[in-house]
Amino acid sequence: MTGTGVGRVILDVANASAGYDEALVLRNVDFHVHEDQFTGIVGPSGAGKTTLLRLLLGVVEPRTGSVTREPDVRVAYVPQLETVNWDFPITVDECVLMARTEQRKLPWASPSEKKKVADVLERLGIADLAHRHIRALSGGQQQRMFIARALLREPNLLLLDEPTSGVDVNTRHDMLHLLSDLHDDGISIVLTTHDLNGMAAHLPHLMCVNGTVVAEGTPAEVITSDVLEHTFGARLEVLQHLGMPIVIDDYAGRPTTVVAS
Amino acid sequence: MNVLETIFAPLAYDFFARGLIVATISGALLGLIGVYITLRGMSYIGHGLSHAVFGGFAAAQLFAAQFYVIGAGLWGIASALAINVVSRKQRIGADAAIGVITTGSFALGVALLTKFGSRGPSFDSALFGSILGISTFQIWGLLAVAVLTLLMVVFRYRALMFTTFDPDVADASGVNVSRTDAMLMIVLSLTILATLTVIGVTLVAAMLVIPAVVARMLTNSFSKMLVTSAAIGAGCGFVGMYLSYYAGVPSGTMIVLTGSVVFALALSLRSIRSAVNRRSHTADAQAQSVQGKKMPVTF
Repeated sequence: MTGTGVGRVILDVANASAGYDEALVLRNVDFHVHEDQFTGIVGPSGAGKTTLLRLLLGVVEPRTGSVTREPDVRVAYVPQLETVNWDFPITVDECVLMARTEQRKLPWASPSEKKKVADVLERLGIADLAHRHIRALSGGQQQRMFIARALLREPNLLLLDEPTSGVDVNTRHDMLHLLSDLHDDGISIVLTTHDLNGMAAHLPHLMCVNGTVVAEGTPAEVITSDVLEHTFGARLEVLQHLGMPIVIDDYAGRPTTVVAS
Repeated sequence: MNVLETIFAPLAYDFFARGLIVATISGALLGLIGVYITLRGMSYIGHGLSHAVFGGFAAAQLFAAQFYVIGAGLWGIASALAINVVSRKQRIGADAAIGVITTGSFALGVALLTKFGSRGPSFDSALFGSILGISTFQIWGLLAVAVLTLLMVVFRYRALMFTTFDPDVADASGVNVSRTDAMLMIVLSLTILATLTVIGVTLVAAMLVIPAVVARMLTNSFSKMLVTSAAIGAGCGFVGMYLSYYAGVPSGTMIVLTGSVVFALALSLRSIRSAVNRRSHTADAQAQSVQGKKMPVTF
């Protein structure tokens, strides 16, 4: 698996700062998204992970610095499940079809759109749920539905906000394997997460963020006690297991537990 | 008096026939737009805008009595766009923006009408609706707004749904969210203006909310909710007009009361259906437990 960024740069964040109202959330961020990127952005709550994604997405403008996209970049976004209005009256296929909003003005799907929606739902293993209301899905199925919507845009850059939060260990494992498959198909992927050990096990490239970029590199380079102390403001012990770093959660004097990935 | 007489007798009066047409179309129109308003959590905007339009109605007729509808419309659109802009400033917030802009406008309307009187509809008619004196111009105006709204709902269906569900992702997917929001606000203002005559300033907001809320209880599909809400709105307008005629009370009052009864019925039916489903699931679980089978876990 590649993904550490050796292909052509398709999106370039140069010395960018961003925030909301008068609060500056991110300062002096440099980040080059390559064609074969597969990066996990980790950091504590309020560190600016989602703001960085929104900067890449283009819905937040940099206060200083710049964000430059290559003309052929097609970005798709998978939102955090906690931010979704689950009472909205919409079925799975209606939700996925939203990706085609600007391609067709009429409300109903064309035959080719119906086929595309059916194909992408089939690929993600949720074809039989097409006519269900979005609330009637499990957490993993809801993630797959939003990934299906994103894939219908035929993106070459996929941004995901906390795709592994709120799902069980098996679902998280399946999700990361699915993302790995999509990356192998040529889609660059950038995601945010709190799940250090899961990312260390599955992703080739990590970026630690806390108001700015603290460190980036391979999991072995980034997941060290020093980097984590700068990122999370607390000393975390890191063990090596089969060449893979594992963070021991001994935070704030709580009983020590090893979080298996 | 038999049922047919009850239905056809009032139609002998031209004012009632006109009122019935306007009330039915108004109900459908408000039901349709109400879907977007309620799903966006903007119910208070409907309430506020109707009050803002009242201020415009009072001010416009002072300067050009015969064109007060146009003046009130422009005032309403300006208020809607001002709310849209101000509510994006997070420090102020949508509810405070609506509170300041629309109640200020309403207060101005009351002051102007009290001081100078009305050259158009009476103060009470504007507040609670009246079927008297509906002109052909008003019917054509309402039909024009209805056609405009239908065109918007059909040809901007996807953009409106996407921006209502998830404006950030819609924006990132190339949908012009600001333009879509502004378009919805303009159509909302025109709808309120066109329906104000029959339903009244103080009651328009209720007809924006009730049909949509009832429709939401009946369906989980967005497209079906639009059709259901418009049908419920039209039905309330139609039935409410007859009740208004026979009870001798303002049309807006009876239309909203009809909607309230429909809402209460839908809520009761939903509660009964939920209770029956719960009992059925419990019985199934007990049966499975007796047979020693494991229940599938669903969320």
